[in-house]
Amino acid sequence: MKTEAKHLPVARRKSSVLDVAKIREDFPILKRKIGGKPLVFLDSAATSQKPKQVIAAIERYYKEYNANVHRGVHRLSEEATIHFEQAREKFARFIGAKNAREIVFVRNTTEALNLVAFTWARTNLRPGDRVLLTEMEHHSNIIPWQILARERSIKLDYIRITDDGLLDSNSFKELIREKPKILSLAHVSNALGTINPLKEMTQEAHNLGATVIVDAAQSVPHMPVDVVDLGCDFMAASGHKMLAPTGIGALYGRYELLDRMDPFMGGGEMIKEVHLHDARWNDPPWKFEAGTPNIEGVIGLGVAVDYLSKLGMQNVRQHEREITKYALAHLQDVKGLILYGTRDVEKRGAAISFNLGDIHAHDLATILDTQGIAIRSGHHCAQPLMERLKVPATSRASFYIYNATKEVDMLVRALDAARKMFRA
Amino acid sequence: MSEDIYKETILDHFRHPRNFGELPNANARAREANVVCGDVIEMQLRVDGDKVEDVRFQGQGCAISLASASKLTEFSKGKSVSEIKQLGKRDMIRVLGSDPGVARVECLLLGLKVLKIAIRNHLGDKASSEIEED
Repeated sequence: MKTEAKHLPVARRKSSVLDVAKIREDFPILKRKIGGKPLVFLDSAATSQKPKQVIAAIERYYKEYNANVHRGVHRLSEEATIHFEQAREKFARFIGAKNAREIVFVRNTTEALNLVAFTWARTNLRPGDRVLLTEMEHHSNIIPWQILARERSIKLDYIRITDDGLLDSNSFKELIREKPKILSLAHVSNALGTINPLKEMTQEAHNLGATVIVDAAQSVPHMPVDVVDLGCDFMAASGHKMLAPTGIGALYGRYELLDRMDPFMGGGEMIKEVHLHDARWNDPPWKFEAGTPNIEGVIGLGVAVDYLSKLGMQNVRQHEREITKYALAHLQDVKGLILYGTRDVEKRGAAISFNLGDIHAHDLATILDTQGIAIRSGHHCAQPLMERLKVPATSRASFYIYNATKEVDMLVRALDAARKMFRA
Repeated sequence: MSEDIYKETILDHFRHPRNFGELPNANARAREANVVCGDVIEMQLRVDGDKVEDVRFQGQGCAISLASASKLTEFSKGKSVSEIKQLGKRDMIRVLGSDPGVARVECLLLGLKVLKIAIRNHLGDKASSEIEED
């Protein structure tokens, strides 16, 4: 055995569709050592790492054409505006929107969901109306509706989940018959990894007159998404989970809906003309983009979209399917490990929740951290789901384009060591 | 963060918490949750004058929060109320015998927080039960 064996690059085993070793070269942070050990980053469902192309684009913006967008007539403002609006077009194409004006830039998925709740829903819901959610929602797709429910006396229903973490189709059928005004759900669960059958559900919901809102924070970064094919009315996503900086996200909305909606916030940019007691709103999407936007974030998002598009989202999905399959197979061999969610990789993404014996998720995350392995622990902003699973917390490992199966092996070894240490 | 946060004595207190359960004729009690991770600790005390005669705890949580609470019950028996009111983060690191780091400070201090609230309730004290973090 050669002594340098442990310094072999992480991407020793090649993914069948992505050149992980080459991709890793683009992510400077992956060279970091944690306490002398190579970083094994398995927390991309919380936020992804950023490739040097995105970092360089942001630096270039500040060094070469930093200016406010849309208002200046000088050269720098013109260049900034062109890059800004090009990024909107790129993102629109990336999710299959027909018209770039259907993309509203916001801070993140949370803001996008709040925007829909407090504009479209606040205007259109009447006391007694129902909003249909699911038991696996992130708090960002629960709390805005609870706030609105108090204000408007609307009723919230939750589609139940099965024991293996899929939406219960009978529960859906039962609750959709109550004719909710809104169906709002995650495309992919951040805690269970479940991919929900969005297209079928959207069709059924539309047949009964519901408007469909999708939390796509965990799907847009990981798989091909086409809003026209899915048929949804609104879709929310975050840039930072898909290689872009934090603080930039996007809301897709069908143009005729955006056009009829009231603004979310008032200020500059979102108006056509202002008088002392009256104003006329700008057209979508600018009507919803009050104030100076996150220009560097939008530019970074555009380059992140380029990066992912070059890899091909079918390939990204296939890579994650393979590494998830590998991880599930090896994790279930760890003595005492309890996996949550379905084992069917066709129905799930690359975020895997688990518990190890009676070791608390936070203790496990601390122990793995001493091995350089970054996982998430806690309730994953999905406390109702934790209640449903009857656990206070879970640990979650999540994978992305730069993760290799060798990192799964390192996780499995560290889990085994933790089990022995805790005698769990 | 060092590798030996989970010293043998911590795991021992986690697996076999001391002074665990209900305290008959307790005259001070409090229960608090750690909102970050849902850990819950309840402390029951018998206070006589300025002296903590006896203390028991119960709850659920991670190894750090349970071992800290368990060791704290051993430490505080027989101590004066005024001594306990003075305890801070540094003292808890000494009691636990390990510094679990910034990310786990809530776990380290949960038991102490509950103990202080129990004493404050007992004394009908309006004084703050906040814990010195340095």
